[in-house]
Amino acid sequence: MSNAGYAQERETTEGKVFTVTGGDWDSIVSGVDPMHDERIVVNMGPQHPSTHGVLRLVLEMEGETITEARLVVGYLHTGIEKNMEYRTWTQGSTFVTRMDYLAPIFNETAYSLAVEKLLGIEDQITERTNTIRVLMMELNRISSHLVWLATTGMELGALSMMIYGFREREFILDIFEMITGLRMNMAYVRPGGVAQDVPDTAIVKIREFLDFMPKRIKEYEDLLSGQPIWTARTKGVAVLDVTGCVALGVTGPVLRSSGLAWDLRKTMPYCGYETYDFDVPTQPEGDVFARYLVRLAEMRESLKIVEQALDRLKPGPVMVEDRKIAWPAQLALGNDGLGNSLEHVAHIMGQSMESLIHHFKLVTEGFRVPAGQVYVPIEGPRGELGAHVISDGGTRPFRVHMREPSFVNLQAIPAMAEGGLLADVIAGGASLDPVMGGCDR
Amino acid sequence: MTQPEGLFGVTGTGDTSGMGGLVRKRPVQLDAQRPLGGWYDEVVDALEEAYPGFADAIERVVIDRGELTLHIVPAKIAEVCRILRDDMSLRYELCSSVSGVDYIAEERRLHVVYHLTSMTYRRRIRLECAVTAADPHLPSVTMVYPTADWQERETYDMFGIVFDGHPNLTRILMPDDWDGFPQRKDYPLGGVPVEYKGAEIPPPDARRAYR
Repeated sequence: MSNAGYAQERETTEGKVFTVTGGDWDSIVSGVDPMHDERIVVNMGPQHPSTHGVLRLVLEMEGETITEARLVVGYLHTGIEKNMEYRTWTQGSTFVTRMDYLAPIFNETAYSLAVEKLLGIEDQITERTNTIRVLMMELNRISSHLVWLATTGMELGALSMMIYGFREREFILDIFEMITGLRMNMAYVRPGGVAQDVPDTAIVKIREFLDFMPKRIKEYEDLLSGQPIWTARTKGVAVLDVTGCVALGVTGPVLRSSGLAWDLRKTMPYCGYETYDFDVPTQPEGDVFARYLVRLAEMRESLKIVEQALDRLKPGPVMVEDRKIAWPAQLALGNDGLGNSLEHVAHIMGQSMESLIHHFKLVTEGFRVPAGQVYVPIEGPRGELGAHVISDGGTRPFRVHMREPSFVNLQAIPAMAEGGLLADVIAGGASLDPVMGGCDR
Repeated sequence: MTQPEGLFGVTGTGDTSGMGGLVRKRPVQLDAQRPLGGWYDEVVDALEEAYPGFADAIERVVIDRGELTLHIVPAKIAEVCRILRDDMSLRYELCSSVSGVDYIAEERRLHVVYHLTSMTYRRRIRLECAVTAADPHLPSVTMVYPTADWQERETYDMFGIVFDGHPNLTRILMPDDWDGFPQRKDYPLGGVPVEYKGAEIPPPDARRAYR
């Protein structure tokens, strides 16, 4: 600076000091490069409570405003896709279920539908199987949205929401436990059908859930929708319009909250969704508040579907007829999850040598899947969950790739965060509902 | 596709029954013949009309299990994607997925598979490009579909396929200083033997198994 007469500058140990004698503030301000003096880089994560698992954000900031956001993922990479190439097709269910751990049923269903398409047995899937899959998926969608509501509420200062959300989710997990034996990572949906039938006790519990849940959703709405802090933290925050969503590949509730009614259950139906009566909720605003409203409405729609699925649940087989594919054992629920039923073990060990051979062949060798590749997408709670499955004709997958909505959607964080405030990164990131187990696989 | 080595890792036919000669034949995937039927013709015709270089860019058209696959010359992939996205009668607005596959037995062993979705017409299409491991280069489609950014990075990370023109082609899931490309078929699964009730269980890729 050469403003002699107005301000002198000198270096001190504290930095540059200006001695101002005149009123020429503009030149003083322009002499200080804010981009260099105010710029700070904040590292958020990977162990930050509001990054939903191990997500790391590197934020370049000017004051409170974010100028650049970069994401680092991969901390939860476990090589599931590679591992599946060394296991049988049935064992694949056990792996995919661990990807997005908040939506295990969806991972299993996408994978199973893909394997069934490769086998060419889509028409043989029984009606009861499809109904059970829909029932389980919609219950899972509610539980996943509840976790979203709970954690987002917690991050934005509505701590009670966290307790309520997890309370109701616990009820759904109890239902899952009655049906599959496990609360999470159930490997329940398998190529050809489901692992075992839904017991009557679970139906009673689901009816109970259907009875109280609408009131609970109303409670959440009363708690949050009109609340000044909640609206201030969410309205007009982290806006992403339809163009941005489609360009960045963002699907699911985030896309629908920007106004596009794109729901694969309606647009490209599977598992018989075209026969169910439900709406696709949308909102025009594209902000965090809209995403909250869409998810609440989706929980209500899911309740409608669960109710319809219960009504049409007619007795029947839950596995394909083909004994070359169907799991040979009649599974039974024990204290430690699913296992071979005692009658089955008695039968193969004591009565029928042929059954034993059949069991042994199918369980150790597995079935062969004709060579080819398919891509089967379904509507997960976070968006399009696609299974790209390739077979070389053997008893193991040649390659399985999951198109995980968490992974793809996370790319939208820079678009939503840059130019906004630091606190809004939390709201914006949470509103995408990323699950890092799914993202990193 | 790889030829299976036989039961329990035995090389040769692996046949111990004395019946002999049990060799599994791989079905050869045939090119689809025109007319393809249904909307497949509409899509392929529209692309042919909108894209002057169609004959040079499209290697094969395959229809399998109701899914349309176009095999594309790797150098042309970005051009083809742009036309598929922008042409009024194609409108593949959404790039659903980009993934890699390693067909180790083929000469151009590394494949990149793109799944595009037309939200307007509610159709899907699969594009497939094959490159060699010695020269694994093809243009990035990030300028057409920004969503391909991370997915191409993952494909690079796992298969070592280089997407020219990608703004930031670095590893995404594996650590930055990782050696090798884990999802290639010649990359070992790894793992250590585990002791269970006195017996030693070898890692999954070293266990005897049917193939």
